[in-house]
Amino acid sequence: MSAALRILWLQSGGCGGCSQSLLCHDTPLPAALAGAGLEFLWHPSLSPQGGGEALALLEDAARGAAAFDILCVEGALLRGPAGSGRFHILAGSGKPMTDWVCRLAARARWVLAVGSCTAYGGLSAATPGNPLEATGLQYEGNTPGGLLERDFRSGAGLPVINIAGCPVHPGWVMDTLAALALGELAANALDSLGRPRLYTDHLVHHGCPRNEFYEFKASAEKPSDLGCLMENLGCKGTQAHADCNTRPWNGVGSCLKGGYPCIACTEPEFEHPGHPFLETPKVAGIPIGLPTDMPKAWFVALAALSKSATPHRVRENARADHPRVLPAQKKTGLK
Amino acid sequence: MSRVVIGPFNRVEGDLEVSLELDDTQHVVAARVNSPLFRGFESLLLGRAPLDALAIVPRICGICSVAQSVAAASALADAMGIRPTPNGLRATHLILAAENLADHISHFYLFFMPDFAHPAYAGQPWFAATAARFAAIRGSASAQALPARAGLLKLMGFLAGKWPHSLGLQPGGTTRALGISEKLRVLAQLRECRAFLEQTLFGDTLEAVAALDSHARLTAWAADRNGDFPAFLTLSERLGLDRIGRAWDRFLSHGAYAGEAGPLFPAGLWQPGAAPTALDPAQISEDCHHAWLVDASGPLHPAQGQTRVDADKPDAYTWCKAPRYAGQAREVGALARQLVAGQPLARDLVERHGASVLARITARMLELARVLPAMEDWARALVPGEPYCQGGSLPDDGAGAGLIEAARGSLGHWLAFRQGRISRYQIIAPTTWNFSPRDASGQPGPLEKALEGLPAGPDAPPTIQHVVRSFDPCMVCTVH
Repeated sequence: MSAALRILWLQSGGCGGCSQSLLCHDTPLPAALAGAGLEFLWHPSLSPQGGGEALALLEDAARGAAAFDILCVEGALLRGPAGSGRFHILAGSGKPMTDWVCRLAARARWVLAVGSCTAYGGLSAATPGNPLEATGLQYEGNTPGGLLERDFRSGAGLPVINIAGCPVHPGWVMDTLAALALGELAANALDSLGRPRLYTDHLVHHGCPRNEFYEFKASAEKPSDLGCLMENLGCKGTQAHADCNTRPWNGVGSCLKGGYPCIACTEPEFEHPGHPFLETPKVAGIPIGLPTDMPKAWFVALAALSKSATPHRVRENARADHPRVLPAQKKTGLK
Repeated sequence: MSRVVIGPFNRVEGDLEVSLELDDTQHVVAARVNSPLFRGFESLLLGRAPLDALAIVPRICGICSVAQSVAAASALADAMGIRPTPNGLRATHLILAAENLADHISHFYLFFMPDFAHPAYAGQPWFAATAARFAAIRGSASAQALPARAGLLKLMGFLAGKWPHSLGLQPGGTTRALGISEKLRVLAQLRECRAFLEQTLFGDTLEAVAALDSHARLTAWAADRNGDFPAFLTLSERLGLDRIGRAWDRFLSHGAYAGEAGPLFPAGLWQPGAAPTALDPAQISEDCHHAWLVDASGPLHPAQGQTRVDADKPDAYTWCKAPRYAGQAREVGALARQLVAGQPLARDLVERHGASVLARITARMLELARVLPAMEDWARALVPGEPYCQGGSLPDDGAGAGLIEAARGSLGHWLAFRQGRISRYQIIAPTTWNFSPRDASGQPGPLEKALEGLPAGPDAPPTIQHVVRSFDPCMVCTVH
């Protein structure tokens, strides 16, 4: 068996939630990594080395004296104030984290942006005027080119792999790492925003437990209602790329299962929806954001038709927090 | 005299740097704590719709995410003049408690215990067994602790959609109404957690642990008992961790888990030799004298607080403000909660030798033993069919405060809004209290005080590490 791929993990302008989410993986993380042929060279929250020992390890990696394979960065890169990087000096080093990331990215076979703030800037870049000068690793919002140039390629010839999500699902990270270890993550495994297609070939809408309410445009009106959250409560599940409703969170959950809208946290600039997160912007009563791939005229026509055909049960239950009208039980059995 | 800088300080949440001035015997004369990352969430929230805080504030912190949500929901409920429904309150308690207990498990197994596998202890008779069990990443304990933590967080799958970063916590309750099937599965998940705690962590029932009432009883209880907490108690006895890590011995709690018969853990202030006193939130202020922040106005109550960068300020050494209560530094956390609540073992430990590594760790263990049974009660009390969330309306102009307890201690959100937009948002997080810098009067923060006098030379055991990690710092919350 070949040697395990070594992962060097750094945290910067983020909340640490992607690491915390990763620790919820079905298989305990050390065993999951080892089983897939991976190991941590260093992770700030998990590893035994701190202080000078950790700095020596990072310095050796940065100057090419200690080989590693995968650089995972978690958190936006803070270039401010005034380009100095002083909003995040790596503790003990006196040097901005942005310097460390640039040096290490140049040595890595693969570079992973873990979480939407690392990929695109995310909430860390959302302060009006972006005084932090926060950016994603290879994107600034929707625009290619971030801390690293748009034509940056890691040792293995790939751009930064953007595991977008706020936070990431543990499976998205583990599957991406495992695919790298298997040698099965080539350029065509990434979508147009650099995200692994293993989870972005789907829409959040796929497998949504509110599907029947969506079909009949039976909408929730307030938090905790069972109905579809698209018409009134800001849900973007029909447009957001991720498999959240077919790959359960924390064993059984998802945002939609939890009773609140998808805010499209895997998409660049989700942090600036242009409207309150929990409200759907509308023109003449029709939501502005319609399902991906759906011709607008057809959507409006079908919505009107399905609303006129909404079963009493679905209409009533959409505005309640538990089913008030139950599915009828036919005496003649299923046909 | 010499100076030592420790950073990056690993196995804490977020980035931490500790600077130590040592005397000729290599003991700490003065410590300065630097939180080297600034993200500015308080400015980020300005101009947003008030309810947007529910989507934004959990993303302050990936380990205290729910606590941030609960504080925001509580501040908004205050501004709206509403309270969660009874089911909503029970569900909120379950969600917050699941996070707090999961954090206690993470802290003990992933962050704190691996220090006893440090090579400096290699000559100790207990070293081999301890390292095999608790070494970072490769120790045998993580294969049991991580599934237990993940199992507890499965409650989020049922009650809050996901963790971290749920939008399920609202001013009027929670967005996910459980039916009987989910209620039963939550209870089953809690039984699994109880089994882990009783069989692996304690080697005894939760009720027996919660009833421990003195240092002497604790020591006798631990003798020859199989369990990871008893194993720590043996190490603590040998290394004298009951006498290491004292800070100011002044404690504060916002109070946790409100109920009809009063909160499970009351709000208040406590110090050794005195009865608890009531908390007056008007006495809280933040001092920015040693932070890279504008402090022209002097210390401010958070309802008047401001956060403006002054990156070139002389004498500043951190991005962290210095919260003070009536001008005094205060320690917050599980230990403070148990002391204010009058838990006799916590009181005995602190009355004897002050707050210590042993006292802080033991308080978290007491919380695991005391809160899980409360969670079982809240889950049993959920009434399928009754509402989990009530509506409310926000005025155009208003203000509110949400004072809650996160795993690491007291968390406060103060918000104001005008014409439907947030005009001020100020946050004091637990580690802002515990890892605060000096204030204008030169008074060190609790960790800075706790490190004074400790050995820190090149050949010293990892005593500094034990004390820093005994606070379970969360650096991403600290500056936010």
